[in-house]
Amino acid sequence: MISFDVTDEQSQIRDMLLTFAKEELTPRARQADETCAAPAELLDEAWSLGLASLAIPEAYGGGGAPRSTLTGALMLEAMGSGCAGLGGAAAASSLFVNPLIDLGSEEQKKRELPKFCGNARRAATLALHEDSFAFDPSRIVTRAEPRADGWRITGVKRLVPLGEEAGDMLVLARASDAPGIDGIKAFIVPPRAPGVAITRESGTIGLTPMRFARVELAGVSLPPDAILGEGDGADIRPLLASLRIGGAALAVGLVRAVTDFAIPYARERVAFGEPIAKKQSIAFMLADMHIECDVMRWLVWKAAAAFDRGADVSKMAVLAQNYVNRRAIRIADDGLQIFGGHGYIRDLPLEMWLRNARMLTIHGALAAA
Amino acid sequence: MNKFSAALNVHIEQVREWGQREVRPAGLEADRNGAPLPPDHPYFAGYVDFRRRHPGPVDDGAVPEGPAVRMAAINEENAYWDRGMGVAAPGPGLPAPIVAAAGTPEQREHFLGPFRGSEIPRWGSFALTEPSGGSDTTAFRTRATRTDRGFLLNGAKCFIGNAARADWVLVQANLDPDKGRSGQRSFFVERGNRGMTGIKVENKMGLRAYESVSFILEDCEVPRDNILGGERPEQTSRSSAYGATMGTLNTTRVGVAASAVGLARSAYDEALNFAKQSGAFRSIRVRDRLEAMHRQLRAAWLMTLRAAWKADSRIPNIVDASMAKVFAAETAQDLASAGMEIVGLEAGAGHHLVEKLFRDAKALNIVEGTGQIQRIIMARHLVGLPR
Ligand SMILES: Cc1cc2nc3c(=O)[nH]c(=O)nc-3n(C[C@H](O)[C@H](O)[C@H](O)COP(=O)(O)OP(=O)(O)OC[C@H]3O[C@@H](n4cnc5c(N)ncnc54)[C@H](O)[C@@H]3O)c2cc1C
Repeated sequence: MISFDVTDEQSQIRDMLLTFAKEELTPRARQADETCAAPAELLDEAWSLGLASLAIPEAYGGGGAPRSTLTGALMLEAMGSGCAGLGGAAAASSLFVNPLIDLGSEEQKKRELPKFCGNARRAATLALHEDSFAFDPSRIVTRAEPRADGWRITGVKRLVPLGEEAGDMLVLARASDAPGIDGIKAFIVPPRAPGVAITRESGTIGLTPMRFARVELAGVSLPPDAILGEGDGADIRPLLASLRIGGAALAVGLVRAVTDFAIPYARERVAFGEPIAKKQSIAFMLADMHIECDVMRWLVWKAAAAFDRGADVSKMAVLAQNYVNRRAIRIADDGLQIFGGHGYIRDLPLEMWLRNARMLTIHGALAAA
Repeated sequence: MNKFSAALNVHIEQVREWGQREVRPAGLEADRNGAPLPPDHPYFAGYVDFRRRHPGPVDDGAVPEGPAVRMAAINEENAYWDRGMGVAAPGPGLPAPIVAAAGTPEQREHFLGPFRGSEIPRWGSFALTEPSGGSDTTAFRTRATRTDRGFLLNGAKCFIGNAARADWVLVQANLDPDKGRSGQRSFFVERGNRGMTGIKVENKMGLRAYESVSFILEDCEVPRDNILGGERPEQTSRSSAYGATMGTLNTTRVGVAASAVGLARSAYDEALNFAKQSGAFRSIRVRDRLEAMHRQLRAAWLMTLRAAWKADSRIPNIVDASMAKVFAAETAQDLASAGMEIVGLEAGAGHHLVEKLFRDAKALNIVEGTGQIQRIIMARHLVGLPR
């Protein structure tokens, strides 16, 4: 039976994060954008909400909640509505933790997960992107070569969130000649291992609090069990799908913030003797923004719910992401347009939201075109 | 990009050479600083010198194209190198044609004279927009009242280009509110006037190479001679301030459209060069996208040139100017956005030019009449849509 409901638990978590977004993220967004950093005490506070450890099984010290991509999407949407950049920074550890919960071997879970269950915040990340054009995960060129004593990994990763701060990192690399995505595996790479060089990316257009970094791996030696999963390593399709869903959810939050911010302004701002909301070109724009926000959200939820049922959601996730990538920019742009010249000034969040939307949707945007 | 006369191409080539060598680097410097270059930056002295050597085409018949087409061609090339630096360029700027058309002979001499052959950079500025509204030019609240010596201005203006460094700002204010918008007149507020306060240079998304300034007029005294066209404009029929102002916007829109085309071409070239160098060109998807970008760019440029050509031919061009303005502005945005997608990751990080173009482009659909206002103007003329 079709349902658009979420469980009581999910709606509680969402409400908590909506409050957090409104009270903590929104007011700090501009300064974080300018300083290209998330304040440590804010990240600590987010940590204390237990976001990262929520779905870590109790056996490893976590909250023991069922691991749910839908819950994750609700959380990211809520945080994205406060600030996608700060939300992304606060959620970065999950980029490492969730794949471990989903795909890690028993041994790996036991070793890695308890680190994220303490009171002290632990930053972690995932290195996916590379600077090949129109990035496609099946064409990752970073290579992990099997050696007698384990693995040796070589390549350059780009736009790794919180790259400099992360204490743990997953790296996607080609581990065999198996065609396409079958040959790509995830590796647990200690960021301080010899041969790893991490430098901040400069001049990112948006999401600057995520402090993206370039990670160079110059023949880094790893133990045999550095490959995520049992034996030859886990299929990373679910990991990619949940990343897509998560990114899209963050964007949904962002565009909802734009829409919610634009509506009251359109009702108050007077031009030619009446509120601009009464002008159909503005009113229709707002109606379209509302339509798109809802459609985007449902596409994301549907993919997330299917994921949680254990279905192969690779296609659904791509569909949701492509749709979101195409429409989010438009909504952010229309939102700014409604504010006219005021939207272009850095005193208001509109221009920042447009930059964040551009950054969030640039990967795979070409594929969506 | 288009077949112009050899004589005009010589001028375009001068702008290109200067643009590549000086304008582009200066624009990037200002963007990275997040603030316009200071007025005493050597770039501006260099610009003045460049203009003295290359004043551009004039009405002496040497260049066969008319003034609007010439202006469009030069603007397009200028904006290709940096739209923000184009606006920041020293000179009387936007109000120059208004002063030339509606000013008294004394005003033309006093306010435009110093710019002629000036060896130091000087700026003029034009203040229309107010915090409470920019699109609705009838609703401006800034008031002018008569005094023994001249006028007192009270109100607030915002987003005014080059206003903090200008020798004078031509300020729109209503002298006779009972007459509605025909009571609006323009006043020269000269630099250092103590009634112009709260001067704030806004921090913008893009186009950071020029000042957009907000200020307050608080019992701002201007002498009697500073009302554009003189106290009684009836005497000179051309000088109804409002008419003069609005009349020029029809060629100004063409100028903005041309700048938008220049910016769009720059984004297109960035994407094309990247695609060639990275091998992305081999992808059919990328080639398709580039081809679509090129088509849109061509359409925008032809639309702009036609609006300019009509102006030169004295054929009414209101619809043409508006459609060129909105189409070109949206083309600039589309191409900068598509350019970022083709350049991909590199565009997101690392101060890539196309990233800056994306931020710069957004303003073009707001300034000189928003996209909505252009469509309303067109609709009014095409189907008689009421205001
Ligand atoms: C970078 C920059 C530089 C500028 N430089 C100058 C300058 O040098 N001098 C100067 O005077 N001004 C300048 N401006 C101001 C610019 O002209 C105004 O921002 C513009 O006219 C829009 O006015 P507004 O910002 O008050 O928006 P508003 O007029 O408040 O409009 C808000 C929104 O309502 C829409 N809208 C308004 N009326 C209608 C309608 N009837 N039907 C449908 N939609 C409508 C608009 O399209 C817009 O989307 C500059 C602005 C920028 C961003």
